[in-house]
Amino acid sequence: MEQSEKNSDQVMYRTAGTSLIIILPVEVDDHNCKGIAETTEEYIRNRVVKRMIFDFSKTGFMDSAGIGVLLGRYKRMKELGGEVAVTGEDQRIERILKISGIYQIIGKV
Amino acid sequence: MVKEKKEDKETRKQKEKMLLQFESYSWNESFARVTVAAYLARLDPTVEEMEDVKTAVSEAVTNAVVHGYEDCVGKITVEAEIDEMLFTVKIHDDGCGIVDIKKAMEPLYTGKPQSERSGMGFSFMEAFMDEVKVESMPGKGTTVIMKKKIRRSLNGSNDPVNRGGTQRG
Repeated sequence: MEQSEKNSDQVMYRTAGTSLIIILPVEVDDHNCKGIAETTEEYIRNRVVKRMIFDFSKTGFMDSAGIGVLLGRYKRMKELGGEVAVTGEDQRIERILKISGIYQIIGKV
Repeated sequence: MVKEKKEDKETRKQKEKMLLQFESYSWNESFARVTVAAYLARLDPTVEEMEDVKTAVSEAVTNAVVHGYEDCVGKITVEAEIDEMLFTVKIHDDGCGIVDIKKAMEPLYTGKPQSERSGMGFSFMEAFMDEVKVESMPGKGTTVIMKKKIRRSLNGSNDPVNRGGTQRG
């Protein structure tokens, strides 16, 4: 319990084969998104990353800063011949993603 | 005498204001939207209305933090007003101001193309609020004024499932 509360505003990273899973915090905003681009770049430098999966299972709030990160990482993965996907989004997050139009370029897992 | 006055106060049509001021640190983006949401809660909005206002406030405050006070820390003022069911929120900074407001509000335009930003801040404000007005001059700061009508049913909070009074997140 303590552990999960402690990590609620932190981004967590996990790898599975050539996939990099980015576990997003409870609130995805400008403040909490800082460092995602840099950290994912480190993973790209150190291993083969074919797919980035953004996991929204913990997330209850997101603003356009989250869309900025998804778009930026989509462009980067496109350069590398890879892809970006999202998973675990609840109704509210799905609504934000729909309004942004990002489902046109990013798929669901 | 005093009692009469208080009763007058409580029976008249509800109109009130609140004022919040904080420094332009990015961790205050969440403080601002959660505080405004707590104030909005007295209108008994739906979960969706609550989320709309939180997102719009987050966008405007983030703009003030990231663009208004790009290289410095300054004060951000949030003023909210309840006039019956009309909710108005003003976000003001004394930062660098906007040279071309029309361009800044264009969808996908970002003043910082080198960092990973969507350029959707103003579009989100417009999507989630009924009215968005921007007043700004270079060197004179920026004020974003947003309005939203909260559509509570006539007999008050009759739908506990869809009410978001004290929701966090």
